[in-house]
Amino acid sequence: MKRFSILLLATLTTLLTACGGGEPDTVRLLTHDSFLITEETAAAFTATTGWRLEVLPAGDTGSMVNQAILAAGNPVADVLFGVDTTFLSRALDADLFIPYESPVLGSLIPGLATDPDHRVTPIDYGDVCLNYDKAAFTTTPPPQSPADLTAPAYRGMLVVEDPATSSPGLAFLLATIASFGEAGEYTWQDYWADLRANDVRVTSGWEEAYYGAFSGGSGEGDRPIVVSYASSPPAEVIYADPPVGEAPTAVVTQGCFRQVEYAGILRGTSREAGARALIDFLLGERFQEEMPLTMFVFPALASADLPAEFVAHTMIPAAPLTLDPAAIEANRERWIEEWAAIVLR
Amino acid sequence: MSRHPRLAFAALAALPVAFLLAFFFWPVGSIVATGLFPGGRFDPDPFARALRGGLPGVAWFTLWQAAASTALTLVVSLPAAYVFARFEFPGKRTLRALFTVPFVLPTVVVATAFLALIGPGGMLGVRLDGTIWAILAAHVFFNVAVVLRTVGGLWAHLDPRLEEAARLLGASRWQAFTTVTLPLLRPALAAAASLVFLFTFTSFGTVLLLGGPGLATLEVEIYRHTTALFDLPLAAVLALVQMAGVTGVLAAYSRYQERRAVEQTLRPAAEVTRRPRTAGERALVGGTLAGTALLLLGPPAVLLARSLDTGSGWGTSFYRALGSPGRTGVRLVDPMQAVGNSLSFGVVATAVSVGIGLLAAAVIAYRRGRASQWFDTLLMLPLGTSAVTIGFGFVVALDAPVDLRSSWVLVPLAHALVAVPFVVRAVVPVMRAVRTRLREAAAVLGAPPRRVWREVDLPLISRAAAAGAGFAFAVSLGEFGATAFVARPDTLTMPVAIFRFLGQPGTLNFGRAMAMSVLLMLVTATAVGLIDRLRPAGLGDF
Repeated sequence: MKRFSILLLATLTTLLTACGGGEPDTVRLLTHDSFLITEETAAAFTATTGWRLEVLPAGDTGSMVNQAILAAGNPVADVLFGVDTTFLSRALDADLFIPYESPVLGSLIPGLATDPDHRVTPIDYGDVCLNYDKAAFTTTPPPQSPADLTAPAYRGMLVVEDPATSSPGLAFLLATIASFGEAGEYTWQDYWADLRANDVRVTSGWEEAYYGAFSGGSGEGDRPIVVSYASSPPAEVIYADPPVGEAPTAVVTQGCFRQVEYAGILRGTSREAGARALIDFLLGERFQEEMPLTMFVFPALASADLPAEFVAHTMIPAAPLTLDPAAIEANRERWIEEWAAIVLR
Repeated sequence: MSRHPRLAFAALAALPVAFLLAFFFWPVGSIVATGLFPGGRFDPDPFARALRGGLPGVAWFTLWQAAASTALTLVVSLPAAYVFARFEFPGKRTLRALFTVPFVLPTVVVATAFLALIGPGGMLGVRLDGTIWAILAAHVFFNVAVVLRTVGGLWAHLDPRLEEAARLLGASRWQAFTTVTLPLLRPALAAAASLVFLFTFTSFGTVLLLGGPGLATLEVEIYRHTTALFDLPLAAVLALVQMAGVTGVLAAYSRYQERRAVEQTLRPAAEVTRRPRTAGERALVGGTLAGTALLLLGPPAVLLARSLDTGSGWGTSFYRALGSPGRTGVRLVDPMQAVGNSLSFGVVATAVSVGIGLLAAAVIAYRRGRASQWFDTLLMLPLGTSAVTIGFGFVVALDAPVDLRSSWVLVPLAHALVAVPFVVRAVVPVMRAVRTRLREAAAVLGAPPRRVWREVDLPLISRAAAAGAGFAFAVSLGEFGATAFVARPDTLTMPVAIFRFLGQPGTLNFGRAMAMSVLLMLVTATAVGLIDRLRPAGLGDF
């Protein structure tokens, strides 16, 4: 018994001392679950900068940002990547970041870098758009914009995600708020009441909507229109098995909501030099050209080449919608509550 | 132990208590305090907001769906538990290991299989998705293994002569079961019920995916208020309500357990089981096993079929593509690394939870009274606490004296927090049932207490402990919730790999997610089967 206890104690002590905190030459990146960097690219970071990279995923974007806020001033990592338009205001209000003006900023797509104090740096962007199953629209024309979906021709065709539990679901709700507005003849609330009358289906998350309810591509359901991403059609081609020459799905380019993902150096870091090197590397050609294939987002670097499938099978929406991050933070809970009252109850 | 019992029990309890304090009460207390004492002063407003915001309805739904799920799971599991405890049949070990598989499957994967069966255009022809029935069915599916293993541990050792005596005295089979066997099984039944209740009380993915939007448990609301809305005060109130509910149910359980424990002579399993003799018995064994297998192996069979259905016939292309970079030159996961990490975490989590669990079980079983009842309740509490609360608690609390916030050890430790109750629940009923006389006899013969424990109790208990260890391993293999919220070094595990595939569109990704799920099932069944086999021998064939 005693021997057993000692053994157990020894095991626990070993476990406790085998803790993180990071090596002196390691820069740590706090990010969300969807972040992915290939081993080769991580090795290239070390080869060019001398810093090693440790990635710390911390749940979905909301979880990650909130954990960073709870640890503000004494961060678990040096750089945070993945805070997006819907959570940016919360992160900035919590004074999470120290400013850094990357020399690469001038080479980015204009309009992405919006923070005059350079506390966050844009790394990529993505558009949440309606996708449709091409095979279902051979006789009826596909919808041109979200506004079309209240017409009888599209009855029972749409599946969306619950904005309370899904990030694309929230983005689509924000797109409708941005396009129909909160006041006037026909508000976003009226639009959603009409969608409900037109038999919209709601799922909790993207996986159930796309794989479970959507009929196009790899979807196995019976609804031909879904809220997904502008990058979903090229993904259908890249990950088709057996291979296909043409995407089975397409994007409705009107009424998309643009989300920009940012990175920032966490206040309290003791490795500011490494953190700066990492942000520059995230904006470098190698990582920027890898991102579309690993995370299905579009590079912020203007000169980054898109993979051939992206060029061939998707259209980047010309006039995507967006909302001020501060307005999103201030109204998010109320909007979600009002949406639920209209659509679910 | 006899000279300084209090001291001895305090020493036994020290390690489990320290573990709980450091990795549960301190983190959870810190995050709740952060919510309720903004700026250091208590703020009662979130309580009022919770009441206005529909908390009573959410709490009521959480409670009744958990109670209904628990009752249904017990009813569905008992026939199979009986057959496993009393009969010997070919393939028994394999089937026992296979029946554990549902317990570890990620909810999102099970939801896919369920939707294929009871969703739109489902194979069974009934549409249950978006209803409470889908939630209940999934809860039964996930938790049958809990009852089989917890109740089976005791049932396999019940002396069948007691029931036979009742039969000789004229009792029908049913009467003998309800008046003799059932009362003897009560401690294990209550133990299993308490575990299932906690699991379903904190159900998250099942409710979201199969219940659809609009149905919310406390767990779902805590998640929303912590991550999306960052309303920590309200989340703290919800977490307190959740813990109060769990504590109430557990206190009732442990009081019941204390009153009902019966000392009895346990028999080696080999003496208890036998081959079915009559045609009726064969039909009973065959029918029960077939029914249970249909329920438990149906959804996994759907996953297997989909992992092999390539769209142009059957084949293993999704398996071969698991680690391939494909046309993109970018590899999403390394399947071997995922399996390796899952197994390593499993080993550490099992070692920690078996060690802590055995010490704790000894205190609870041998030291009866208020203090040990409370100790039992406290040990169970992590299982009934939101994974988000624990994960965020780690971030707030574990920065000093050693900064553990981003250490890999948090992953197996979080698993162990959830797994310890399984070890305790598997072991305590057996420990309590071990006759004091046997231990006293050994002591009279001059064996020191430690030796009594090692040579009398330990062999008897090891079988139950092995069942607990199998569970601990399974908990660790399948766990996704708690660890997903902890910032941890990027350690790919099998459930994480499944999510990574499912996170992107494309038939190849869907197929690979199915293939990885099948791999997870295989690894689980193998690991649990091996642990069952490694069960230490001693004192007959226990």
